[in-house]
Amino acid sequence: MSYLEYNVARVPQGLQKVLALNWALVLLITATAGIGFIVLYSVSGGDWRWAEPQMKRFVLGLAVMFVVAMIPIWFWRNVSALLFAVTLALLVAVELVGVSGGGAQRWIDLGFMRLQPSELMKVTMVMMLAAYYDWLPPSKVSRLQWVLLPVVLILIPVFLVLQQPDLGTAILLLTGGGAVMFLAGVHWAYFATVIAAGVGLVTAVLRSRGTDWQLLKDYQYRRIDTFLDPESDPLGAGYHITQSKIALGSGGWTGKGFMQGSQARLNFLPEKHTDFIFTTLAEEFGFVGGLSLLLLYMLIIAFCVASAMRNKDRYASLVTLGVAVTFFLFFAVNMSMVMGMAPVVGVPLPLVSYGGSAMVVLMLAFGVVQSAHVHRPRAAGEGRLLRR
Amino acid sequence: MKRNPQELSLSTRRITRRALVTGGLMTAFSGLLVARMNHLQVDQAQEFLLLAEENRIKVRLLAPARGVIFDRNGRILAGNEQIYRVSMIREDADDVDQTITRLRGLVRLDEEALQRAIREMDRRPHQAVTLADRLTWEELSTIAVNVPALPGITPEVGLSRVYPMGADYAHVIGYVGRVSERDLENEEDDDPLLQTPQFQIGKIGTERRLESVLRGKAGSRRVEQNAAGRIMRELGRTPGQSGKDVQLTIDAGLQNFIQARLGNESASAVVMDVTNGDVLAAVSSPSYDPNLFVSGISVPDYAELRDNERRPLHNKIVQGLYPPGSTFKMVTLLAAMEAGEVTAGETVYCPGYLTVSNRRFHCWKRGGHGAVDAAKSLRESCDVYYYEMAQRAGIDRIAAMAHKLGLGVAHDIEMTSVSEGLIPTREWKRLRRGEAWRIGDSLNASIGQGYVLTSPLQLAVMTARLASGLEVTPRLVRSIGGEPQPSGVKRPLDIPRSLLEKQRDAMYQVVNGRGGTAGRSRFDLNGVKWAGKTGTSQVRNITAAERARGVFRNEDLPWRRRDHALFVGYAPHDDPKYAISVVVEHGGGGSAAAAPVARDIMLYALHGGMPPLEAYPSDQRGQIEELFAGLVLNPSLAAAKGTSEA
Repeated sequence: MSYLEYNVARVPQGLQKVLALNWALVLLITATAGIGFIVLYSVSGGDWRWAEPQMKRFVLGLAVMFVVAMIPIWFWRNVSALLFAVTLALLVAVELVGVSGGGAQRWIDLGFMRLQPSELMKVTMVMMLAAYYDWLPPSKVSRLQWVLLPVVLILIPVFLVLQQPDLGTAILLLTGGGAVMFLAGVHWAYFATVIAAGVGLVTAVLRSRGTDWQLLKDYQYRRIDTFLDPESDPLGAGYHITQSKIALGSGGWTGKGFMQGSQARLNFLPEKHTDFIFTTLAEEFGFVGGLSLLLLYMLIIAFCVASAMRNKDRYASLVTLGVAVTFFLFFAVNMSMVMGMAPVVGVPLPLVSYGGSAMVVLMLAFGVVQSAHVHRPRAAGEGRLLRR
Repeated sequence: MKRNPQELSLSTRRITRRALVTGGLMTAFSGLLVARMNHLQVDQAQEFLLLAEENRIKVRLLAPARGVIFDRNGRILAGNEQIYRVSMIREDADDVDQTITRLRGLVRLDEEALQRAIREMDRRPHQAVTLADRLTWEELSTIAVNVPALPGITPEVGLSRVYPMGADYAHVIGYVGRVSERDLENEEDDDPLLQTPQFQIGKIGTERRLESVLRGKAGSRRVEQNAAGRIMRELGRTPGQSGKDVQLTIDAGLQNFIQARLGNESASAVVMDVTNGDVLAAVSSPSYDPNLFVSGISVPDYAELRDNERRPLHNKIVQGLYPPGSTFKMVTLLAAMEAGEVTAGETVYCPGYLTVSNRRFHCWKRGGHGAVDAAKSLRESCDVYYYEMAQRAGIDRIAAMAHKLGLGVAHDIEMTSVSEGLIPTREWKRLRRGEAWRIGDSLNASIGQGYVLTSPLQLAVMTARLASGLEVTPRLVRSIGGEPQPSGVKRPLDIPRSLLEKQRDAMYQVVNGRGGTAGRSRFDLNGVKWAGKTGTSQVRNITAAERARGVFRNEDLPWRRRDHALFVGYAPHDDPKYAISVVVEHGGGGSAAAAPVARDIMLYALHGGMPPLEAYPSDQRGQIEELFAGLVLNPSLAAAKGTSEA
């Protein structure tokens, strides 16, 4: 269904929209962020220096979410391509400025926070792809030219982000984009081909090592080695991961207790308040704490998926699912990395890690999800309760 | 755009299907995350808990101050000084080259030491390695101010060993140095202190022998530390124990005088107190500054010491082995007299040689000594008399006497590389050389040639025993931590006193009798006189052709082929107090090269300061005055009246 077919009269109006919000999702998000505040307070050694700005950002994020949620989803659908284009332009801009400015600057200063276009891209790309597949007749979804177009649209920002270099964001963009394409119904064969080609390429590169037709230089192979197995270099690349595992493992079942984690406070952990914050949580609250956070995350995703599946609007359900997958990728990559299952790439723990850009952008994404929920097409009789 | 409703419903169903697949994949992956979490936090929790504890609490050792070494009068021979140094932990430095370049801009760095430090850092990236030692306070402050720009660099204040007397004690006390791989492999010494950077361990000499006493016990500090190595708080502290102070029997003034008197000769001298075995001085010359070794000697400096033909690194006192020459004659004489093979009055005729089993053994005096009794044999050092004694006493009795007098024995003295020397016996030759003992071997041994090898310390012990009639053993350490060490004298020698009396009388005549070989080296210090014996030991065989031509003159030979000059003596002759041995390598004759040196040293010991000129024979005073004026003495010791008991 397109927004033209919406039964606009049945969509809640004015303040009724507030009641129509997916409040369970709001509560879950707030609870997750709350865990973040507690851990940040603990990581800083009983100090508000990280928890307080994080709370302010969350309040700002909530405001953004509410505002975005109030705006009809069809508006968001209509501006998706534009937003994507603007984000892409910003990405190119910081890339150019970054190069001329010595390479360090990856953000745009908004005064109260620094916005990284690459973070914003995670949301606008999902929106753009959802809009694309909403626009594309379902019969053409698996045609080659209509598959290549979104692939190119995904690869451009991925390439730009890789230049920074920000491998974590690049992985998230690539996987997130691919997921939306998968959800939109692109034929299995494409994914199978890409995965097979990827595996083949990696195999070829690795197999060629030491032969006459070696594809990479020796030092590049050595880098791959330490990247894939950081623990082979315990005081170099593996240092972070070893320390992280020690912190996590020493937490045990129930953890050492709030403010009792020794590893993080003693600075053994790198990025202890950003990418590696999960280790502090797991050290202080143990397996039970880590599991609780994971459960909250899965509930958030479950509510998103449920909302998407009930939504008859293509754009709405695709964007909701896309956001859910992106959100999933955030914590899945982060946790895998922290637990030593994946190489260390810079991906924060969503809603918990200290950092403005990710928090606000995620809340923006949830705003779109809420908007999709509030403005979902309703069958006759549905939503009558609201109007009463 | 209107759409086919059928198509749309199909697409919605497809999205739903795919959403379920995706949801399933996400759930599955979450399951994996849970499994991993469970593995780390539940299955391996104990293991990680242990690791976490280790991570956090570090035991930092507090290095104890090393015991100070004093001379018998309380002068510091080896002490500790506060030094400022800068060290670096490679692991903590982001860019080693950059850091070093910056450091170089701040303070002077010795290039060679720096390169060595860099190599060491490669081997031990987690340990602090000293980049520069002995900085000034200004340099240290400059670095301290710039520490934020110098990752991995730590300015430190520490203690380092210092030897204020410089070269005087290089061979006795030795030196300390950095702990080497070999030190670490020593299983008997597993003190964790060895692992601490900058730790100094005794390498040679007393420093090494008394390492366990001097080192002390490490204190420790249990600290909570963060990953950057910064100490967050101190959890506890156990105080260490400083090393015990050691007092030596050495007299710094005498030691310094001997070092100066020997000058650049390749020589050594030992002075002992015959009443208790105290080693008052033990000098090996030329020497070197042990301070060079403390922080690591430079390659050219070391090469210079190593390649010097006078072997400054060689401890001639206990390690130098020389044929004792005629100083061994007392041993042969006593052996023969004790065995009853000869009496003091019996004479042996010396025609200048003795033919034994068709081989002619020469006396040093080609014309011969004529009729020779025991006293004359020592006084004029007649070789033929001893050839006769050797045949009468036999090598085994000579060897037994040598052992009684402290030769062929590695004396227990707190120095390193103490040699046993060699007193040959039939058994030894059969075992070591696989040959039978021949009479000629006995004859050579009787005059301290052939296989006989002794160290200057052994000769001093021999002289002390002859002079006192007591079984004197050398004592270098007077007290450890204030605890007096046992005296070096335990019991009288197992030699009849009357024989020793006769022996001493003969030795008195060597210096003071008519025709005595050391007659030019007599003295009279307010009635105090001395006794002794010269020795000249060949380092080459004199060929028949040389003998025929009469080429004996040492001055005509290259330095390395000249004879060793030896002298042993004691004073006062009638109530012996001090014994001395002097060996001048390739010095020529004992009477000319060794005895005058021994006399100056003995006079210094007796007088407790620079010998008065009046003690010397009047015709030699001008020469002596000139000699003393040229001596370079340590000014802090020059005025001292040293030999008195502390």
